[in-house]
Amino acid sequence: MTGTLYRLTAHELCDAYKSGKTTPSQAVSSCLDRINAVDSKLKAFVDVWKDYAVDQAQASDDRWAKGAPKGPLDGVPIGLKDVLCTKQGFTTCCSKILRGYRSPFDATVVERLLNAGAIPVGKLNMDEFAMGSSTENSSVQVTRNPWNLRCVPGGSSGGSAAAVAADECAITLGSDTGGSIRQPAACCGCVGLKPTYGRVSRYGLVAFASSLDQIGPFTKDAHDMALVMNVISGRDPHDATSADVPVPDYTKALRADVSDLTVGLPKEYFTDALGQEMREKIEAAVKVFEKSGAKVIEVSLPHTDYAVAVYYIVCTAEASANLARFDGVRYGYRAPNAVSVEDMYHRSKSEGYGPEVQRRIMLGTYVLSSGYYDAYYLKAQKARALIRRDFTNAFQKCDVILTPTAPTPAFEIGAKTADPLEMYLSDIYTISVNLAGIPGLSIPCGLTASKLPAGLQILGKPFGEETLLRAAYTYEQKRGFTLGQPPIS
Amino acid sequence: MEYEVVVGMEVHVEIDTKSKVFCACSTNFHAPPNTNVCPICLGMPGVLPVLNRGMVEATVAVGLALNCTISRWSKMDRKNYFYPDLAKNYQISQYDLPLCHDGWMEINLDGTTKRIGITRAHMEEDTARNVHTIGVAESGVDFNRCGVPLLEIVTEPDIRSAQEAFEYLTRLKQLLQYLNVSDCNMEEGSLRAEANISIRPVGTEKFGVKTEVKNVASFSGVQKAIDYEIVRQRQVLEEGGTVVQETRGWDAAKGVTFSQRSKESAHDYRYFPEPDLVPVIVDEAWEKRIRESLPELPRARKQRFQDSYSLKPYDAGVLTASKAMADYFEAVVTAGAQPKPAANWIMVELQALLTEHKQELEDCKVTSASLAAMIGLIDDGTISGKIAKDVLIEMFDSGRDPKAIVTEKGLVQISDTAELEQIARDVLAANAGPVADFKAGKEKAFGFLVGQMMKATKGKGNPKIVNDILRNALSRV
Repeated sequence: MTGTLYRLTAHELCDAYKSGKTTPSQAVSSCLDRINAVDSKLKAFVDVWKDYAVDQAQASDDRWAKGAPKGPLDGVPIGLKDVLCTKQGFTTCCSKILRGYRSPFDATVVERLLNAGAIPVGKLNMDEFAMGSSTENSSVQVTRNPWNLRCVPGGSSGGSAAAVAADECAITLGSDTGGSIRQPAACCGCVGLKPTYGRVSRYGLVAFASSLDQIGPFTKDAHDMALVMNVISGRDPHDATSADVPVPDYTKALRADVSDLTVGLPKEYFTDALGQEMREKIEAAVKVFEKSGAKVIEVSLPHTDYAVAVYYIVCTAEASANLARFDGVRYGYRAPNAVSVEDMYHRSKSEGYGPEVQRRIMLGTYVLSSGYYDAYYLKAQKARALIRRDFTNAFQKCDVILTPTAPTPAFEIGAKTADPLEMYLSDIYTISVNLAGIPGLSIPCGLTASKLPAGLQILGKPFGEETLLRAAYTYEQKRGFTLGQPPIS
Repeated sequence: MEYEVVVGMEVHVEIDTKSKVFCACSTNFHAPPNTNVCPICLGMPGVLPVLNRGMVEATVAVGLALNCTISRWSKMDRKNYFYPDLAKNYQISQYDLPLCHDGWMEINLDGTTKRIGITRAHMEEDTARNVHTIGVAESGVDFNRCGVPLLEIVTEPDIRSAQEAFEYLTRLKQLLQYLNVSDCNMEEGSLRAEANISIRPVGTEKFGVKTEVKNVASFSGVQKAIDYEIVRQRQVLEEGGTVVQETRGWDAAKGVTFSQRSKESAHDYRYFPEPDLVPVIVDEAWEKRIRESLPELPRARKQRFQDSYSLKPYDAGVLTASKAMADYFEAVVTAGAQPKPAANWIMVELQALLTEHKQELEDCKVTSASLAAMIGLIDDGTISGKIAKDVLIEMFDSGRDPKAIVTEKGLVQISDTAELEQIARDVLAANAGPVADFKAGKEKAFGFLVGQMMKATKGKGNPKIVNDILRNALSRV
């Protein structure tokens, strides 16, 4: 029965392990077979840890056989975005500058997943240093959308989204700085969550923009999302920005009931920028909430228009410092034949980074420069505070906010690579959420006429992940359809 | 034209916390290269800093001792520049909101007291050390120092002479040592001083163009560098030139400053708030706890030495100049010595030996207990003060117990009157001339006869008894 085990969710797998219907070894080899079968087309994985995963699965078999699983995800095959530090294999952020780099430590989330028994099967493709919305900026390969191989999977966590959507593993982790989990989740038709800033430790996440970055999971359903959040959430002494806020049992939030919730629809999100087809999908999803007893109101996020500009100032400024360390001195790519230290820096960075990364480093350096700081960085910080306040105000009137995750479904490979601004607009509905630090979840809300998934974004109050999960779970139960299998099968 | 110099000081001091400022690595200076390192201080991908609470407390303690206002809310910032000794290519420091600001410290010069304004004291991390070996094409980087907590203390431009600068540095070092936050070892680089120097015509308000003198290895070097800059800048101005704003180094061997970097090539550090760290919040209760746990500071201790031990202000000042010496003095007193002789022996004889042997008090073999015992031997008449000086030298060299030295070398003072009377008779008999001189009123001859007595006793005669017996014997001649 290893044939289609790869299709199961994590909670289905654990039930099957418990009842003895299958074993972690069978599930892991089913996933490895699946990777073997589809990944040459999909190109989600940049590194597959076959032998490691098989060994870990055997150890997990023994634990289940003894009736003593290590934790709530024992034996569940998972995948990790290549931006997460792992002792196993390489950690390259899909950049030439870190090709062959091995991390001496596991990220806190990886450590927690390993302690829960999860079995990483490999590392997943991404836009270089998580900068991009299509995964086309990877220095390794271009990941395809499992629903249409000519389309992008979204980004930057495109590999993580595609791998779950194509059933290469049950769960993956990604990172989200301006939409890098939610937008690819929407493009590929899986559930993706960007937790509240501080909910999940960033220790071991190679930083892009520290005040915006947050690690989060991709899953096949809301139930698995709750399981993973139970494992990875919580204060970490290695991350000063991780919050000392108690972690509830998120599985308790899985109730199909939204009758006590008020749903807000921000009027600024439903403009002409949103295509007619996407608008209809979202409106249909809102109806599901309404029918389930939720009260629907209009809310306003008046500073929405500034979000993209503010985001590209804040994230590039932080990135320009965060990426300074890749200089060829201690690790990573060092250009040969440099004639001086300065020349070594210049050449290593020019040869080691792709164009988008270089563009953002230059932009970030510029906005922090003496004479420009006040006009750009400082003003952006002030506007960021206004954007944050917009959400605080809106959440006084509602419990969750529903929006589209992305303005369009997945686009064709190459369609936006020539126009960075056009590419940046893929994230107009997700960016404000990172600026505000609030949690956001994307859940599939149907297929477009061209058979591409659409995503519904559910936003919540800070540390309101339980409410998000309840809303997502309810929608899953009540929406009355499933996406089905992507045609890559 | 008459000029006056205007100086502001910037001092960097490494704080003696057990672990580095953002990771758990040891701050031990003497470890082999690149052994006190971890992914965090090496700036590996994915790491995050966590601020050492001990560093915050040490900084607040220094701030309080410098009469600063402690910020209830401050933050860390990133200072961006590229250099191989900087693992992340940015230094975590404090920019516009330092933890401590607007304080002052008093200095004393020629009997007058002056306040030097403290602009700010802020937390940052030290860099690694680049190691260049002559004849080797590659340079090494030792990251042991990278991430060692560093406190930067900046003064207002209140200093008006090289001597004032020297006095400020001396007082600051004294204070930091009293606070037990740093060993302030300039040779090992745990204290580094930079001077911002400009001159202006006496009576004018406007500051002249300043130069910044860096990399000076001693306080006296700073003093000399300032004096040199005064002369150099005045010469530039008198020749009709303008002083160039620049960083200058100090060549101690040649006794000159030299141009290192001009303002035009100065860095744009692109400071911005460090997003990996949360704001530093020191509430009133925490500040109060730190204030209450402050040790006794130099001024208070000097006053107490005057009050409790009846020491003269000058002596109390000398003894409290360093915490080590003040602690030593109090230990000698606690071990039973009278304060005044204890003070004298430490300040004069012991200090002379330390200076002669270029030794620090911390390394001295004469323990406080043995010095107290030696003073005790003088008090009970076992040895004379003169003999004691020789005993102290022996103690200094060998670290042995004074009683053992006295016994072994037979240095016990002769106080036996019968024995001394016999010697007096012999001396008078053998020196009829001087005796006659004395009788004729020549007091000088008495000194000669005392000398003969001491010679006969090999210096061991109790001076007071020798005097008495000799006068007595002479009166009977």
